[in-house]
Amino acid sequence: MDFWAKFQSDFYQSFVEIWTKLQHEFYQSFIEGDRWLLYIKGLGTTLLVTVLALFLGVFLGVLVAVIRSAHDQQKVGKVNPFLKILNALCRIYVTVIRGTPMMVQLLIMYFVVFSSTRNQVGVAVLAFGINSGAYVSEIIRGGIMAVDSGQMEAGRSLGFNYTTTMRLIIIPQAVKMILPSLGNELITLLKETSIVTVIGLRDLTKAAMLVQSKAYLAFMPLIAIALVYLAIVMFLTWLVEKLERRLRTSER
Amino acid sequence: MNDNTLISVNDLKKYFNGEQIKALDGVSAEIREGEVVVVIGPSGSGKSTFLRCLNLLEIPTYGHILFNNVDITDPKTDINIHRQKMGMVFQHFNLFPHMTILKNMTIAPIKVLKKSKEDAEAQAMALLKRVGLEDRANAYPSQLSGGQKQRIAIVRALCMDPKVMLFDEPTSALDPEMVGEVLDVMKQLAREGMTMVVVTHEMGFAKEVGSRVIFMDEGKIVEENDPVTLFEHPQSERLKSFLAKVL
Repeated sequence: MDFWAKFQSDFYQSFVEIWTKLQHEFYQSFIEGDRWLLYIKGLGTTLLVTVLALFLGVFLGVLVAVIRSAHDQQKVGKVNPFLKILNALCRIYVTVIRGTPMMVQLLIMYFVVFSSTRNQVGVAVLAFGINSGAYVSEIIRGGIMAVDSGQMEAGRSLGFNYTTTMRLIIIPQAVKMILPSLGNELITLLKETSIVTVIGLRDLTKAAMLVQSKAYLAFMPLIAIALVYLAIVMFLTWLVEKLERRLRTSER
Repeated sequence: MNDNTLISVNDLKKYFNGEQIKALDGVSAEIREGEVVVVIGPSGSGKSTFLRCLNLLEIPTYGHILFNNVDITDPKTDINIHRQKMGMVFQHFNLFPHMTILKNMTIAPIKVLKKSKEDAEAQAMALLKRVGLEDRANAYPSQLSGGQKQRIAIVRALCMDPKVMLFDEPTSALDPEMVGEVLDVMKQLAREGMTMVVVTHEMGFAKEVGSRVIFMDEGKIVEENDPVTLFEHPQSERLKSFLAKVL
């Protein structure tokens, strides 16, 4: 009986202790010195880099995919030398970007290529956009190849040239097919931007690291940003699914 | 060459894989305005390749094609301009699945011929009415039956006011029940004087509306005649055995 009473009281004691400690940690992690502002600003930077890099990535991706598809769809014996050079450049680009780690690319961009600038956001957008473009180009190329060849023939037989057929007929159908993969790429991109900390850019992850070093606390800041990333990814997943459903209605 | 010759094909050859496969091995033919030329022959005889060469969906290896007295096989010719005047109907319809029927029909007139949206839509609606599908203008291709899709594909090509219509086995992918409705549209078109080149297995169509029938085998034209003579009095053994099997 005595034992149980002691156990209960000990348990209660330690519960109160933990609770108080958590409260203190919470205060230190978010409230003290308006540290929550660091996270908000960091989140803003993360989203900014992600969105701008996505636009750049999709632009580069479409460009590279169209060049490579145009090259591959040429009739035998009628090879355009200009296209051949462009295609070779695109292949080198995709190979190099996919063959080296993102972090190395970012470091090279910041400390070698643009060593004279301190515009970290610009460099991050460029590095991530160029990286994403290589992956997006392969996704889009897959989508273009998956569109029935009869669609290109139908477009051409109506008098459209190659580029217009691509733009009006092939790409819209390809995009519909690759939307899940593109959504996946966006999610990967969002999470990958956390490595911009290596060039000192204050994104969401850097905010947690700053708080960690100031308050000597790891638990709350890191779990908090993990939850924020998770929430954004879940939101994006929902958004992509919704968009997909809307685009599919025309084919049912 | 006659004054009213629309397409003149001279010694056309199409090889695949170097010279291993000779899909077309020296084909010469003339298609005159207002003619309905029906091309028949066994599978692999080169009849589809011949048709697809006419608007350069296949680039001929050798030979020349004159359309409106312009050599379209010349690499310097802008084929896009000439394709506008050659409507094509495919075996698998190839409607654009992401556009409504009306958009399918008006996109080329608007973007290529620079017609106004109103004009293009009025023309499309008139054509839809002719094939009895005006109530499907805002439907998507996936909501249509095969026969309806092919009728739409025909009027989509007609929206460009072509001088000639090329049909690549237009009824081969259809349920037997739906063949009739597509052939009816084609017959109507033929009676209105449209120049047509039709690759088909429908011998009844060839007999009824064909002004000339071309029988091809192994990449060559074996026999060419008016339908009555060709079907009633075949000359070559190859055509005799072919007709014995299909009729």
